[in-house]
Amino acid sequence: MHFAAHTPATDQPGPAAGLDDAAITVRGVRKSYGSVQALAGVDLDVARGTVVALLGPNGAGKTTLVRVLTTLLVPDAGTAQVLGCDVVRDAARLREQIGLAGQYAAIDENLTGLENLTMVGRLYGASRSSAKGRGRELLERFDLVEAAGRPAKTYSGGMRRRLDLAAALVAKPPVLFLDEPTTGLDPRSRLSLWEVIEGLVAEGTTVLLTTQYLDEADRLADTIAVIDHGRLIAEGTSDQLKDKVGGERLEVRLDADADADAAIRVLAPMSDETPQAQGTLVKLSVRERSGSIVQAVRLLSEAGVGVDDLALRRPTLDDVFLALTGHAAEEASDEREGA
Amino acid sequence: MRRLVSDTLIIAERNLIRLPRAPELLLAFTVQPIMFVLLFRYVFGGAIRTPGYSYVDFLLPGIIVQNIAFGGFVTAIGLNEDVHKGLIDRFRSLPMARPAVLAGRTLADIVTNALSVTILLVTGVIIGFAFHASALHAIAGLGLLLLFGYAFSWFFAFVGLLVSSPESANSVGFIAVFPLTFISSAFVPVSSMPSVLRAFANVNPFTIIVDAMRHLWLGAPAHNSVWGAVVWAFVIMGVFAPLAVGRYRRAAGS
Repeated sequence: MHFAAHTPATDQPGPAAGLDDAAITVRGVRKSYGSVQALAGVDLDVARGTVVALLGPNGAGKTTLVRVLTTLLVPDAGTAQVLGCDVVRDAARLREQIGLAGQYAAIDENLTGLENLTMVGRLYGASRSSAKGRGRELLERFDLVEAAGRPAKTYSGGMRRRLDLAAALVAKPPVLFLDEPTTGLDPRSRLSLWEVIEGLVAEGTTVLLTTQYLDEADRLADTIAVIDHGRLIAEGTSDQLKDKVGGERLEVRLDADADADAAIRVLAPMSDETPQAQGTLVKLSVRERSGSIVQAVRLLSEAGVGVDDLALRRPTLDDVFLALTGHAAEEASDEREGA
Repeated sequence: MRRLVSDTLIIAERNLIRLPRAPELLLAFTVQPIMFVLLFRYVFGGAIRTPGYSYVDFLLPGIIVQNIAFGGFVTAIGLNEDVHKGLIDRFRSLPMARPAVLAGRTLADIVTNALSVTILLVTGVIIGFAFHASALHAIAGLGLLLLFGYAFSWFFAFVGLLVSSPESANSVGFIAVFPLTFISSAFVPVSSMPSVLRAFANVNPFTIIVDAMRHLWLGAPAHNSVWGAVVWAFVIMGVFAPLAVGRYRRAAGS
């Protein structure tokens, strides 16, 4: 294999190229660890050149699905293909088409950045010199040139993740799997990693990423698949999912001494659902955008409830998650930590 | 097959270039063995009777065998770290030959074992050890040592993939191997032990390999110990290499 011959997804035909433009196909995949069911029958299609985000709390089954698709785990039932290669029968061929960057930076801390990338390149079958050249190219792209000759144990968290992602890209894989790529990173490193991922997508790479962060899915993904308890519970674009929750959200910040129960009572007729209060913040979905602020102010002042601030906004994925699962994304991740 | 060889060499190279950058490992290969030789020679040496041989001649083959048995520790601890840091996941997602990660590890152990044997031999010669054998026998002895050490690396590879943390890899290896090396002919003549220990020591593979080394280096009676040692090396490899590779294939990475 010579890296120069590889270009991303566009003219990198998998064995089933031309038959359809699905990069990833998952049908009825199940996987249990002992009595714990990690995947309870998942179906998923990812079109070539698109980004799909698997969104869900810890323990939802996201990582298990990535491990099945990268041939690290054999599913108990169901089938899955990446670029037409079956994860079980064509595992060896499939591995040539993918890159994986995991939750932990999977790099050798005692090797330098360049040595890490050169090793991975050679394990993909490239010659030492071509692997080294490709390594240099990636170090430049990921802003690691200065650190290229230092052992990776001297790198910061953000630099390690960038090196890990670079290692996943060594063979210019047409399909990239990113398992929680920014978990534990500071906001600046997160932003720079997002920009790198967007760059890859612009070149035509198909990306499947998992995340617990709604803003990450919102920013990077064409399609979001919400996963909870080993099942896909919703799939669609960010806008489609937001539409599922219903229209605009009205948020009312009450005065510190105001009566939240009274506010819920008087605002209830404006919404199809019961308004929810968190301390002095009352939230409700409203049927109509126009006039709702004026109406809310009038109702509240008639009831003598003091208002500090008022805002209308589009639903966020947080609202989506709450509506779909009955629990908030963040809460759920705390509850099932380590599951 | 060609991929298996080249991938194995790449992994072996990786494990060797990282070695000088992990000073605690390098110490384990150099200073620690020298310390043990000196302690045994000068602290216990005067109290242990070894008819027909000076204690330093008697001791050196024994302590080198013990050292080589522990040479695979690096493999156990290193593999366990690789599992925890996700490196094994990365390797398993690459289109590389599957046994290469383990074969490369154990191959690198041969180099580090050769290094520590050299250090021990030089130390031994400085404090009075001398070969009582032909050059051919002396070289055959080195070959046997490295073969035995290689076999033991597969035992440690299995341990490293089996246990949950590098610390437990350390203690499992220690608890399993330490008594085995002591209840053998490595440090004292077996005839000086109580009968139960003596019975165990006589069938202990460490006694067989140590006796083989004393035959090859000191001209002691062989009693088939050389072939016995070769057979043991292949038995250990035959059991633990498939176990380790099987474990690697399934390594869940937790």
